[in-house]
Amino acid sequence: MSAETKTQTRYEYGGDEFVFVELSESMTLEAMFKGMAITNKLAEQNREGIIDICPGNASYMIRVDPEVLHPNELISVLKEIEASLTDYEETTIHSRLVDVPILFEDPWTYEALMKFRDNHQDPDSTDLEYSARINDFESKEELIQNINDFPFLVSMVGFVPGLPFSFQLTSQEKQIEVPKYVRPRTFTPERAFGFGGAFAVIYPVQGAGGYQLYGTAAAPILDVEQKLEDFKESMVYFRQSDILRYRSISMDEYERIRKEVEEGRFRYRTREMSFTPKDVMKNPEEFASKVMRRLYDDQR
Amino acid sequence: MINVKEPGLMTTVQDNGRNGYYSFGMPPSGAMDKYSFIVANLLVGNDENAAVLEATYLGPTLEFDCETTIAVTGGEIPPKLNGEPFGLWKPVHVEKGDVLSFDFVKSGTRVYIAVAGGIDVPIKMGSRSTYTLCGIGGFEGRALQKGDVLKTGEASNPPASTEITLSEELIPKYGNRHEIRVIMGLCSYRLTEESKKKFFDIEWTVTPDANRVGYRFKGEPLEFVEREQPFGAGSDPSNVTDLGYPIGSIQIPAGIEPIALLNDAVTGGGYATIATIISIDLFKMGQIKSNDKVKFIEVSLDEAIEARKELNAKLDQVKETIKTVSIGG
Repeated sequence: MSAETKTQTRYEYGGDEFVFVELSESMTLEAMFKGMAITNKLAEQNREGIIDICPGNASYMIRVDPEVLHPNELISVLKEIEASLTDYEETTIHSRLVDVPILFEDPWTYEALMKFRDNHQDPDSTDLEYSARINDFESKEELIQNINDFPFLVSMVGFVPGLPFSFQLTSQEKQIEVPKYVRPRTFTPERAFGFGGAFAVIYPVQGAGGYQLYGTAAAPILDVEQKLEDFKESMVYFRQSDILRYRSISMDEYERIRKEVEEGRFRYRTREMSFTPKDVMKNPEEFASKVMRRLYDDQR
Repeated sequence: MINVKEPGLMTTVQDNGRNGYYSFGMPPSGAMDKYSFIVANLLVGNDENAAVLEATYLGPTLEFDCETTIAVTGGEIPPKLNGEPFGLWKPVHVEKGDVLSFDFVKSGTRVYIAVAGGIDVPIKMGSRSTYTLCGIGGFEGRALQKGDVLKTGEASNPPASTEITLSEELIPKYGNRHEIRVIMGLCSYRLTEESKKKFFDIEWTVTPDANRVGYRFKGEPLEFVEREQPFGAGSDPSNVTDLGYPIGSIQIPAGIEPIALLNDAVTGGGYATIATIISIDLFKMGQIKSNDKVKFIEVSLDEAIEARKELNAKLDQVKETIKTVSIGG
């Protein structure tokens, strides 16, 4: 199913205000880390005329004021940075590990996905049943277990404010890959946990969407009013390079967390961790188990 | 203070937009037709980025509870003061108790209502613009409702003379057929050569699915180059590994109906984008409505930058007219 497409970096105009750079057509950790290194270096240069620096999964995008910084000039700067990247695999990344409680097979996404069976590849299965089958899992429980076992690296934030595109830290053979809906849904419940292509996401707010729906996150990932402690600095919680462990929870725990959120007491369980891209790419599964030990204070 | 007697169809507080948060997934929002927006502010003596009201199709009914100056610009949705018609693109003095209302739309889609001092709502992430999807900014994060009371700020300059008449070429005209300039690029390599050509040959029809998030167009199906889909992209030929979407970028999910993303757009996703509307023509998009016809015209980057300069020159002319009339009067 997967084709390893090697592509040369493509530099493209996005109108007169954007430069879009595609590092790879397929999703790879290498492309993501490379894009991260390039965008970080560009940010350090503090160049006049740059409005937004948006790292992506296997690409990135820069917004400029073209009358201050001509896109062609920016492209030559970006090419120089890319050429100078000799040691990005060794650069230390300071990351947060976050425990993200998910109620799989919840009533809300079930209701939503049943409403849109006509938009789906397989109207007679649920999204979980379908995804398990096409990824050669014995059952949907096995697919949920796989999501539980290996954490996900946030490779891009976007679509709507705070939505994390996250990529599983495991070997490519074990990685889940699913198509998006044939026709996107016009409704997705708030905090829905979904999967599309090679990415797991949480929808911060209710809206349209085309990812397969598996469950609902108990805690918010966007807090516009910034009431919760975790959102005091920014209404958006996740950033690129965070590592998320989607933990399957029971309805009891889900309700307990909802109560904590409503009373303003909820905080995410987090741990800090530094690593290099090499640590991850050498053996993603070994790195994943290190993440799990660190996040749950298991020193074994 | 301004009392909202009737909110209109979709009236929101907008300024120049919320820039610098795109990497969080936060679109800029802001006035769709920036030219009309800036001129409205200049006419009432505001800073050119002050917050105004943007009304769509159906204007609001507003009652002013103090003396001030207002200006209405944009599409031809004829304004009336206490039932008396008055001209767009001119400052108008209003007295306490005066009521602003609108007739049905004649051309264009959106009007901008500037009030001396600007609409005063809290600044959220550097902007007063409303982003309704997440309830951020503007008046309580939403479109205006009946009974809302808006505050205004302090004007930075005296308003322009009510005697002012902007010359013909400074007032845009809006028809039902439009030419929108784009720069090809992004993932245009995914389209077949034939479809690339077709994209420019077809006269597209704007569907009813046209709002601040984006416009969807009807025409003919386009085709993507066949390939084995890369890992992570998803199975449809129009899918790519999820990436950032520039404002103004055009995608064609499943090759069926192109969507142009606008001010309140999603910032990324998994569809191949093939071209981007140049920033100056995004303003024109704000005056296009459902069932209008659009032809896309390919231009170079330098032509797009030149168009920005032409627009700035036009704005300078507006400023010059205001200054001359004020001194003269």
